[in-house]
Amino acid sequence: MSFLHLAILLPFMAAILIPLFYKQLKHIHTGWFVLVVPVILFVYFFQKIGPVSKGLNDYSTANWIPSLGIQFTVYADGLSLLFALLISGIGALVVLYSIYYLSKEKEELHKFYVYLLLFMGAMLGVVLSDNLVVLYTFWELTSLSSFLLIGYWHTREKSRYGAVKSMLITVFGGLSMLGGIILLYLITGTFSVREMVIQAAVIMEHPLFLAALILFLLGAFTKSAQFPFYIWLPDAMEAPTPVSAYLHSATMVKAGIYLTARFTPVFGLAPEWFWLVGGIGILTLAWGSFNAIKQTDLKAILAFSTVSQLGLIMSLLGAGAAALHFESLDDNLFTVAAVAAIFHLINHATFKGSLFMAAGIIDHETGTRDIRRLGGLMNFMPITFTIALIGAFSMAGIPPFNGFLSKEMFFTGMVNLLEFDLFNADTWGILFPVLAWVGSVFTFIYSMIIVFKPFTGKLQAEKLEKKPHEAPLGMLISPVILASLVILFGIFPNILAASIIEPAAASIYPFLLEDGEKFHVHISHWHGFSPELYMTIGVIVLGAILYATQSKWKRLFKLFPEKLTLNRLYDQSLHGLESGSEKIQKFYMTGFLRNYLGIIFIFTAALTGWALFAQSAFSFKAESNAPIGTYEVVLAVLMTAGVVTILFAKSRLTSIIALGSVGYGVALFFVLFRAPDLALTQLVIETITTALFLLCFYYLPELQKREKLAFKVNNLLISLGVGTVVTLIALSANSQRVSKTISEYFIENSYKEAGGKNMVNVILVDFRGFDTLFEITVLGIAALGIFAMVKLRMSRKEQS
Amino acid sequence: MFDIVMRISLLILAVSTLMYFYRLVKGPTVPDRVVALDAIGINLIGMTAVISVVLKTNSFLEVILLLGILAFIGTVAFSKFLEKGEIIENDRNQ
Repeated sequence: MSFLHLAILLPFMAAILIPLFYKQLKHIHTGWFVLVVPVILFVYFFQKIGPVSKGLNDYSTANWIPSLGIQFTVYADGLSLLFALLISGIGALVVLYSIYYLSKEKEELHKFYVYLLLFMGAMLGVVLSDNLVVLYTFWELTSLSSFLLIGYWHTREKSRYGAVKSMLITVFGGLSMLGGIILLYLITGTFSVREMVIQAAVIMEHPLFLAALILFLLGAFTKSAQFPFYIWLPDAMEAPTPVSAYLHSATMVKAGIYLTARFTPVFGLAPEWFWLVGGIGILTLAWGSFNAIKQTDLKAILAFSTVSQLGLIMSLLGAGAAALHFESLDDNLFTVAAVAAIFHLINHATFKGSLFMAAGIIDHETGTRDIRRLGGLMNFMPITFTIALIGAFSMAGIPPFNGFLSKEMFFTGMVNLLEFDLFNADTWGILFPVLAWVGSVFTFIYSMIIVFKPFTGKLQAEKLEKKPHEAPLGMLISPVILASLVILFGIFPNILAASIIEPAAASIYPFLLEDGEKFHVHISHWHGFSPELYMTIGVIVLGAILYATQSKWKRLFKLFPEKLTLNRLYDQSLHGLESGSEKIQKFYMTGFLRNYLGIIFIFTAALTGWALFAQSAFSFKAESNAPIGTYEVVLAVLMTAGVVTILFAKSRLTSIIALGSVGYGVALFFVLFRAPDLALTQLVIETITTALFLLCFYYLPELQKREKLAFKVNNLLISLGVGTVVTLIALSANSQRVSKTISEYFIENSYKEAGGKNMVNVILVDFRGFDTLFEITVLGIAALGIFAMVKLRMSRKEQS
Repeated sequence: MFDIVMRISLLILAVSTLMYFYRLVKGPTVPDRVVALDAIGINLIGMTAVISVVLKTNSFLEVILLLGILAFIGTVAFSKFLEKGEIIENDRNQ
């Protein structure tokens, strides 16, 4: 155990205590107690920046299930630390914001903060774990706590729908990831990420490699809302706004990004990785930004913009994998992509967090988030407007905000791909910069919608539920801090470079560095007249024109058929799965015993018959058989006559009598085959059974068909099949005896050992007395059961 | 010679049982069938006895006794069933 372990476990421990505080200290908002946790964590992780940027990574192990190679191993390098700082830092700001956002009187705060702390601890566990099984455990905990948080207002139907949807999709991905983890374990024999990175070459050549890669990416893509799994994120916007800001913009959706970055050194050399991560990422960017424009709900716009920005980061990670094909850092054009990914990750967390909080403020102070009802809020909410302006301009990539810098680096990374000459990137690679540019134009447009639609224009006071006014100071603190960071990182980007980005990039490219060598990242505002600059200018110009003329072309979105959306596909397939399984169940669960018996008999006959045939087990040898005497033949004819009578009897009474005669025939067979005890028992039992049948016969209701049983071909075939197969098995088994019987032992020893001359009885009570004991038990249970059935039914009748 | 006699008698018993079977199947009334069943039981006694002789054993004498008792009880039970519609009279049923 180390402090790092404690840091992961601290939120869980706090989560246990929070309901206590909530119950005992009613007058203080519970959030204040919660706030302590992320602040402590942030301070702890902050002071780790120094050692980690010098390359001193923290590593420690605690025993969990050592016999299975599952250890609670924590590992803090640049990448983990970056995420841990994001989680604890934005966590603190979100808790602060939620104190003013959620009402102490109206909300069940203890639940909210328990879920939130669970999520925070789980997320820290995901980014700091080195053992993949532990990572998976925390990964599912994030899914679970996210489910609870989305469904926080559980009385609303839409919240529940969104929660279930996100749960289904992320757990689907999580389970795929577990499959990938197990495959990787089969390949490498370890669950440790660091050891897998060392064995990257072994993994690449293994036949299970591709399956492991795809399963892993399924996990990462579902969590990070990549195409086509992004559909849960817009529906997750039913969560309280602090949750949306925290989980669905800054942290949880970046768990997939973290995983992709973490496994770049393992899988990155494969062309599938480059094309899947890069291609899906860039597709998500364009698709998400395109869809964001048609939304009318502020949070829905932000959700689609999150999808699109995550696609951007993902595509950069894909492009960054190209750098692994070079031996060193010199002249390596492609490392810039991974650096841009890290940088944009930080930037996105800052500006998207502030935008969500601004949207939450608008919702809180006006009662709506619909941009068609909002307008002219600038004069009422100047501070919120400033925050939204900074956030949205940064998202659009306008200088001097930090989004501009990462967008420039994004374009650089994408343009550099044109010079990558592996995996057909020299031909198809042109798609990357083109889609990136188109996506950026759409990004610009929706960013402008977010700022200008609610804040400028005319105030539609009659459509608003409340009279708009500026938010309370406490609610503004967090977004103001985030917006200040946007500006700070925008103007002085290099304070991040050496402290955080360089060690994080070093963990993505562990092999590119020689001993003692460090990444050198320098982010500059001015690159000279490069293609990126023209692309940015193009984005701003075209975006501005399109924004100004949007009323003319927005009708295009209406042409897009609603039936072809992925949401519809999800709903339809869910419904299809439900009705399909219901149909299957209705098909074979008919409720009729005869159908089940038919199925059982068909399978018995078919499987054993097939097994006989497949093993060619037929064998009929008559030489060891005893000669057949006249008595046996006559008796067999008699019994056959009885059986046939049962089958074709017109009345039940005939069947019962014929059955009795068959039983007596069996008794006579026992006589013939020299089994006096069996014959005695058989006779008595047969008589009693026949009497019992007659008893049942008497109580049968009047309404029953006296005529011949309906003849069914299916039943005939099934019964013939079962009879044939059983006969064949009996004959084959009899002619293939492998060993002698053990009856010699009983013959020799029944008098010597047990002192009895009746061998059957000696076996029953001496040699194998246990069977007899339990058969006696069976009879006792049957007797008691009959008594209970008769008695209890009577008493129930009396009660009613 | 003895063996042949035994076989012949067994054959005769079997044939008579088959004929009782015909009565058992054909009916036409239930009492016909019950009587046939009773006679089959008695025939079985005979067959068991003959078989015991053939097999040279006295292990089946209990079987013969039991068959006699059962055939009697069974026939009485059937008769009572046909007469009254039930075998064991119970106060609760009335």
